[in-house]
Parts: sequence; C-alpha cells; structure tokens
Amino acid sequence: MAITEQEVTRIARLARLTLSPEQNIQAQGDLNKILGLIQELQAVDTSGVEPLAHPLSALRDVHLRLREDIVTEVSSTERREALMVNAPGKAEGLFLVPKVIE
Amino acid sequence: MSTALHAFPTLASLQAALAQGKLSATELAQDCLKQIQAQQGLNAFVHVDADLTLAQARAVDASRAAGTAGPLSGVPIAHKDVFVTQGWRSTAGSNMLKNYVSPFDATVVNKLFAAGCVNLGKLNCDEFAMGSGNEHSAFGPAHNPWDLTCVPGGSSGGSAAAVAARLVFATTGTDTGGSVRQPAALCGISGIKPTYGVVSRYGMIAYGSSLDQAGVMASAAVDLVALLDTISGFDVRDATSAEQCHGVPNAPGRIQSDFDKASAHFHSQASSPLKGLRIGVPTEYFGEGLSSEVGAAIEAALVQFEQLGAQRVSISLPRTRLSIPAYYVIAPAEASSNLSRYDGVRYGHRSDSYTDLADMTGRSRAEGFGAEVQRRILVGTYVLSHGYYDAYYLQAQRLRRMIADDFQAAFAQQCDVIMGPVTPAVAKAIGDNPDDPTADWLADVYTLGLNLAGLPGMSVPCGFGKSATDKPLPIGLQIIGDYFDEGRLLAVAHQYQLATDWHQRRAGQA
Repeated sequence: MAITEQEVTRIARLARLTLSPEQNIQAQGDLNKILGLIQELQAVDTSGVEPLAHPLSALRDVHLRLREDIVTEVSSTERREALMVNAPGKAEGLFLVPKVIE
Repeated sequence: MSTALHAFPTLASLQAALAQGKLSATELAQDCLKQIQAQQGLNAFVHVDADLTLAQARAVDASRAAGTAGPLSGVPIAHKDVFVTQGWRSTAGSNMLKNYVSPFDATVVNKLFAAGCVNLGKLNCDEFAMGSGNEHSAFGPAHNPWDLTCVPGGSSGGSAAAVAARLVFATTGTDTGGSVRQPAALCGISGIKPTYGVVSRYGMIAYGSSLDQAGVMASAAVDLVALLDTISGFDVRDATSAEQCHGVPNAPGRIQSDFDKASAHFHSQASSPLKGLRIGVPTEYFGEGLSSEVGAAIEAALVQFEQLGAQRVSISLPRTRLSIPAYYVIAPAEASSNLSRYDGVRYGHRSDSYTDLADMTGRSRAEGFGAEVQRRILVGTYVLSHGYYDAYYLQAQRLRRMIADDFQAAFAQQCDVIMGPVTPAVAKAIGDNPDDPTADWLADVYTLGLNLAGLPGMSVPCGFGKSATDKPLPIGLQIIGDYFDEGRLLAVAHQYQLATDWHQRRAGQA
C-alpha cells in the first residue's frame, strides 16, 4: 500500500511542514521506502501482548509521578525577560505573531 | 598530534597531577583550547568560548587552593550539543536552534560542573541526535581522527572524535538508538549508556523520550565509572527519572560501589578473574551483514574473555532484526511529538516571509529542520495519524515488549551479560550515502534492541579493520547488562582492558 501524493500533502500539513512541490515528491519516495521497511511489523503475531510505552515497565509496574499543583518558580519581570530572550518577536512581555483576527 | 592529555592515560593519573599541583586546571584548559583550535579540521566542536572555559578553570584552581576541590576538579570535558548550557549556545546541530541560548543548565551539565569538571565547549552531533554518521549536522560533518575521510559515527560523533583525538578527557553523549555506543566503537574509545531513568533527561533536547538516555565517553572503561556515577541520580525535574534501582536509591555512589564490589570479587579470583561470569552470545548478532573483520575481532575478544575465566553461552534474541522497524516507528513518532514545540513563536528559527500564522509555522519548520529530521517527523506523523495508529504505533509497542522480554528471558535463565558487535562494519567514508534513506538505519541492528528494552550497554575497543585508504579503523565490542547493572558492566569491561591495550591505541599511532 503506497503513500499517494495527496497523503504526503495531508501528513505534511499535520506536521506543519510547508514543502515545495519538489520536496513533496522527494518525501513521497522516501516515505514509501521507509514504509517498506516498517511494514515488516505487520507480519508479527502480537495478539495478547500489552504495548510497552515505558521501558522499565518490562521490569516492574511503573507509575509516572505527578507533582504537587503548586507554584515552584519565582515569577518576576527579570525572570520573564530571561525566559523570552530567544523569542523571534516580542513586546512588553508578550510573544508577537502575525495577526490572526481582522 | 600530541596533547597535554596524552601524558595522562588514566583519570587517576590526571587527578593525581592536578591534586599535587603538577599542573593547574587553568594550564590544562589552555592547552585543550589550543588543541581544539589546532584540530579544527575534525569539526568536533561547534561552539568554544575561551572566556567561559577559563573562568571555570580559574574557579577550580581557587577551590583547590581553598581546599574545597571536588573529586573531578579540573578534568577537561565537553558536552554533546544536545545538553543545554547557559553561556554556550545550545543548537542540537540544527539551524532551528542556531542562535539558541538556554536560560538554564541541563542536570548533567550542572552535576559535572559541581564536581569540578571544566567545560571546553559544545560538540558536533547529528541534528536533534537523528543519525549515525554525524553527517546530518547543520554545522557540517565531524571527522574520524583515525581517518579524516571517514565518519566518526553518530549521533554523538563530535563527542567520540574529541576523546579519540585527546582534545578533552571525557565527553557526554546521548543514546536513543546507539548514539553513544556506535561512535565510541567507530572512534576506538569506551562509552556507556546506562539503564533508562538512571540519568536525568532534564535539559537534554528531546528526540525520543521513552528511548533517550545520557551517557559518557572516555578512553578507558575504568574512567567512565566516576563520570557516570556523578551524573546518575533521581531528578524530580524528569518525570521518568528512576527513584530506586532494585531497592537501592538512584543516587551517586551506587554505580561506584557496585563497580568496587564487582572488581574486588574479580580480583579475589586471581588469574581467573571472570570465573563464574556467563557471557550470552546471541546467534542473531553474527549472521548475514556482519563484516568478516568485525566478526573476527569480536570472536578474538570473546576468546580473551574465556581466557579470563568467563563462560560463553550461546543465546537467542529472535526478534533482533525486528528491532529496526519497531524503533523506526516509535522513535519518529516520539520525535514528531517532541519537535512540534518548534513553532517559530517562542524560540528557534522564524521564516522571513509568510502570509499568516500557520504559514509562518510551516515555513519556519521547513527552513529550520534538515532533511533527515523532516523525514522522521513525517514518518512519525504518519504512524500516529488516524487509521494507522493501531497498525503501526501500537503494533510497534507490542513488539517492543516482546523484544524486552527476550532480553529478560536470557538474563533470567542463561547469562549475566550479553556480548556482540556494536556495528556490522568499521566507519564508512563521509559522503558515501546511497539514495535510500533507510540504508543507514539497517546498520543500527545491534544497538536498537537495548534502547527499546531500556537496558544498559557499552562499547569497548577490541581491534581494528581497514579503511578504503588502508588506514586502521577501530572496532567496538558491545557489552549489554541487565537493568541497573552499570557498575558490574564497567568492572567486566575493566578486566578486559587490564588484559588488552586496544583502548590505549591512539589515532595516528596504532
């Protein structure tokens, strides 16, 4: 079952990657080769096997921790500015993006 | 090329010289900076800042004078550019993060700094740790010190090259599918990836979160003990950090203590130190695809282990080959999720031209990510998308449990450690890339299973093959342990290195 050009367009949109028409064709070829490799999975009988999400659950029961719902970071203007130092667009403590509402 | 570090073959000799004042941390750091500069052709480093490094070194010397020096004070190290650092840029080898400066240090970075290590800078790697040759880096490939026309391996290629060229004493790396063990093997050094959860992932730029684990690289296994012990430990800031290791708190001291205990036991058995150790050798690791020179070097290493008293047991890991499709579903799935954070809004690359918000994000990502990263994001998006999730992602996770169970069956019934090759062949030439994006992935067959299972593993040098230009290229032996068995694993490797000198060979001098 090969991936079609339309499917590549759909996947690229889901992945938020703007591909040129040439890149789309390249991606289609690549994805079909990769699919050929990962399709080997389908032949394995895994019925009754519990999916393994956390590797240590092969060893023991794993429960992910949740932290207390309390503020742990001290908030200040300086701290906010330090955390925003890498923002491509910012003003007055806000991240700037193109206008979304006319 | 001889560096100051060549005078100190072991961590102990370096620590003694520093403690006795035979050289200062500052002098050593200055020499390392000079060597890094002189060997820029390796392209092992992507960011060096002499002022930051020398400030750390001077602080170490001051603490030495004040009598408060830590155990690793003055040891020159460098970090794979996947660990975020305050001061040094943190790029993950990507144009997406080309100018990124972290507001905090990774836990691993913090811990080594607190122990007195001096950071020489940031090391080249495959973009977001996706690759096995360091060729998928926005900063260009790193080169193998044994033959500059060859790859150093990846994704921690700069980390391996820097140690092999003795530019620094040790380096950090990350291992999602073999990225510490494989470059260590191809550059002729020792490297270990601990059990998943032993080292905090906080501040490690994420690739595949259920597989990613930090590791360390140095010439000799014995020198990895203190480094790994230092960076290990429970961290509340990593949701999957292990609190306990078989009932023992996950804290510094555990690995060192396990290493000391195992070493004392081996030592007590005199000329047959490894007597009683059962080495599982998976038949599937020696089939089609393994080059004859790697096969011969591994066989010679196994014979050496038998001479040390160990017993060889033939085992089967029947789903070894299937670890490739399982990994290349799970890792891209997690990558597509992790890398969705790069939206061109809060940090990272933003495109110069766009029409609206969605267009800005799409263009920024297409411009910022390299080809391999985009491929894996697309694969991951596909296997997680509606209609394919069960067939690919869940199926891969079921297979993942079967692969982990295969290892557990072997450890429970047949062996104490597992040994085999790390790679099917020695380092390939830079630029020798076939059209098929999956061609390189097939060479990961011996390293992926361990990440899927979360087990610890290491690579130690065990011989040489030859490059196309007839230069010697290192071969690595993989040693795989059961969960939390890092200390004994390192002790076993150390016994091998007491009997062999492969780890002491230097590029250009083999």
